Amino acid sequence: MSDLNLLYTDVEDDLRSSVRDLVAARSEPATVAAVYDGDRSVVDPLWRAIAGDLGLAGLLIPEERGGAGASAREAAVVLEELGRSVAPVPFLTSSVVATTVLLAAEPGGPADELLAGLAAGERTAALVLPLSAGPGEEAPGFTVDGEGRISGSARSVAGALEADVLLVPVRTAQGTAVHAVRADDARVEPVVSLDMTRQLADVTLEAAAGQELLGASAGGDAVRSGLEVGAALLASEQYGVAQWCLTTTIAYLKDRRQFGRVVGGYQAIKHRLADLYAAVESAGAAARHAAATTAAGDADSVVSTAVAQSFVSDVAVKAAEEAVQLHGGIGMTWEHPAHLYLKRAKADQIAFGTPAAHRARLAELVDLPVA
Amino acid sequence: MTTTDPRAVEEDLRQRVTDFLAAHDHTTTDRLEFLRARYDAGLAWVNFPVGHGGLGLPRSFQTQVEVQLAKAGAPDNNPRGNGIGLGMAAPTILAFGTEEQKKKFLRPLWTGEQIWCQLFSEPGAGSDLAAVSTRAVREGGDWVVNGQKVWTSSAHKAQMAILVARTNPEVSKHAGLSYFLCNMDAPGVDVRPLRQITGEAEFNEVFLTDVHIPDSQRLGDEGQGWKVATATLNNERVAIGGGGGGRESGMVGVLSKTWREHPERRGAGQHDKLMRLWVDAEVARVTGQRLRQKLAAGEPGPEGSAMKLTFARIAQEASGMELELLGDEGLRASDWTMKRPQHVDFTGRDATYRYLRAKGNSIEGGTSEILRNVISERVLGLPSEPRVDTGIAWKDLPR
Repeated sequence: MSDLNLLYTDVEDDLRSSVRDLVAARSEPATVAAVYDGDRSVVDPLWRAIAGDLGLAGLLIPEERGGAGASAREAAVVLEELGRSVAPVPFLTSSVVATTVLLAAEPGGPADELLAGLAAGERTAALVLPLSAGPGEEAPGFTVDGEGRISGSARSVAGALEADVLLVPVRTAQGTAVHAVRADDARVEPVVSLDMTRQLADVTLEAAAGQELLGASAGGDAVRSGLEVGAALLASEQYGVAQWCLTTTIAYLKDRRQFGRVVGGYQAIKHRLADLYAAVESAGAAARHAAATTAAGDADSVVSTAVAQSFVSDVAVKAAEEAVQLHGGIGMTWEHPAHLYLKRAKADQIAFGTPAAHRARLAELVDLPVA
Repeated sequence: MTTTDPRAVEEDLRQRVTDFLAAHDHTTTDRLEFLRARYDAGLAWVNFPVGHGGLGLPRSFQTQVEVQLAKAGAPDNNPRGNGIGLGMAAPTILAFGTEEQKKKFLRPLWTGEQIWCQLFSEPGAGSDLAAVSTRAVREGGDWVVNGQKVWTSSAHKAQMAILVARTNPEVSKHAGLSYFLCNMDAPGVDVRPLRQITGEAEFNEVFLTDVHIPDSQRLGDEGQGWKVATATLNNERVAIGGGGGGRESGMVGVLSKTWREHPERRGAGQHDKLMRLWVDAEVARVTGQRLRQKLAAGEPGPEGSAMKLTFARIAQEASGMELELLGDEGLRASDWTMKRPQHVDFTGRDATYRYLRAKGNSIEGGTSEILRNVISERVLGLPSEPRVDTGIAWKDLPR
């Protein structure tokens, strides 16, 4: 538990502005909301710009493997901004989770080409597990036959719709292996999802051809580490969601008048917002701590991730629920973007393990057994 | 030191402490002499200016000095014995004091020769501190003070006090205050113990009757008292909410220990509550860490209020839950009747004490309700409450 820097460096501030500017220029709540009506035209150009033009898809990939050689701290800043704008891009699923899985493969092996493609923003990958699977819950739903053909299915997979390559955890007698399967060789069925800005899909493989990237000796740890880093950095996305909800709600309540007074001047409202501010600030620190320990390879990263997921998940939902409530009628409309954030916050709460699941994991880590 | 490279500063500082220890052997030097010399060497509080016990360095370098001196076995200034002096009076004197005041008061404050207390709250002015009615009237070169203060910790041990009093009742309440440094041994200062919810007397009532304070002990301009007091209170919230201990260092640490020691009392419902509190406390620790990193660059602002809000809630919930966990045993209390505690120890003693003492956490240093006003108005920029006490002379306020 070293005293890690929990503030933002100048480089991270610059990174934030470039992401914010790009997202603001290319996506606004109305265009994001269109994904709910089946118009996903915003997704591809936005993702290409983030992954390719800004080169952010390769943040976690070392320079010698074709990436930017940055760390979880920078990826977390990107996620804060993507959360703040509920951007419908597969950065978390491809550039964080799938990439972390692949980075466990030895350099010089078959994963290199894919990593280089991901780093260049030319390819997009997804780990084929339900979005709800947290670290330690990575039960693979796929098997491989004697000829290397993969069969099985996974429900509610995030990022699969945007991916051209699927990382499939395969159950073997020796453990979990990870195979790459071209998305074209899989049946990827879109699901009407609570959060259409991260739309889920059911993935089915029927004797699909694949390439083993991680053998049974390394695949299980790689998948777990992908989910661990995913959970750690999801907290930063959730913090971004929570911050948008808080600042938007405050701005609205400074403007909205009822009974001849600004609504934000009523003490019942002010105190709720003060509590929410304290919670969101704390969430920011918890998310930053999880990112910093992950970036530093600190032994404490597992605890800080479980803490962040337990805390920030609930704060983001609370912030979104308060945003809807305190906006009153307009918050309940389709026209107002609050619903986009509520749906993202609620889906994120369940993603990579529920808060209760993370507390159960934490209880073991810090020696506070349930019985 | 003008260099800004942190490694160079660290190294220079290490050398300074080494040189200081070489020149002042703490095993043969009188403790007080040693502490005075440390102050004069700028190693007391390194973030203070040169000449006032510091080196003008960021606050973050202080720990290094403390650690190096402690390792050498050097005596410290018993910081817990003068929390108000060090945490609140000193930064305020530094910010608003004249050069002469800083010279006169900061060194004995830091060495602990002078313990300080805070004469702010009154029976009629708690949350509404600006409504204080203790009067200070100019008489020649002195101010003559009359009034009653309450909730004064350490008043029975203190040589000095920071005092807010009304110097002009003819103007609005905030504009009529001035801030003084008051000698507690001055004639007319009467300190009486105040029995509190735990039975003990940690605090005092202080009655001020024709107490003379020289005008040279006014801090800040006449009428500027509210501004000066606000600076003090921001420091108080940092001191109370800041903590700074490690994981499980607070009330949740005590609760976790009880949980580990009593497997027979565990239950699933309580476990969920425990884990939520543990997470809250750990997040508060990290939030405090980040806040201190922010503060290392600047002065405490109203953001510290959020920390205190959180700290109070966790302490109260955790101490309450610990009583439930202990069952019958938790109901067996110790007798603290009129005890005078050496130090306030929120997480020490027995479970009933902790439960009762924690009730003060959301009242002392700004009630949680006032803190929510502070956050919503000064951090979030929401409108202030409609007020009936502005634009009217203090003497004409309804009371």
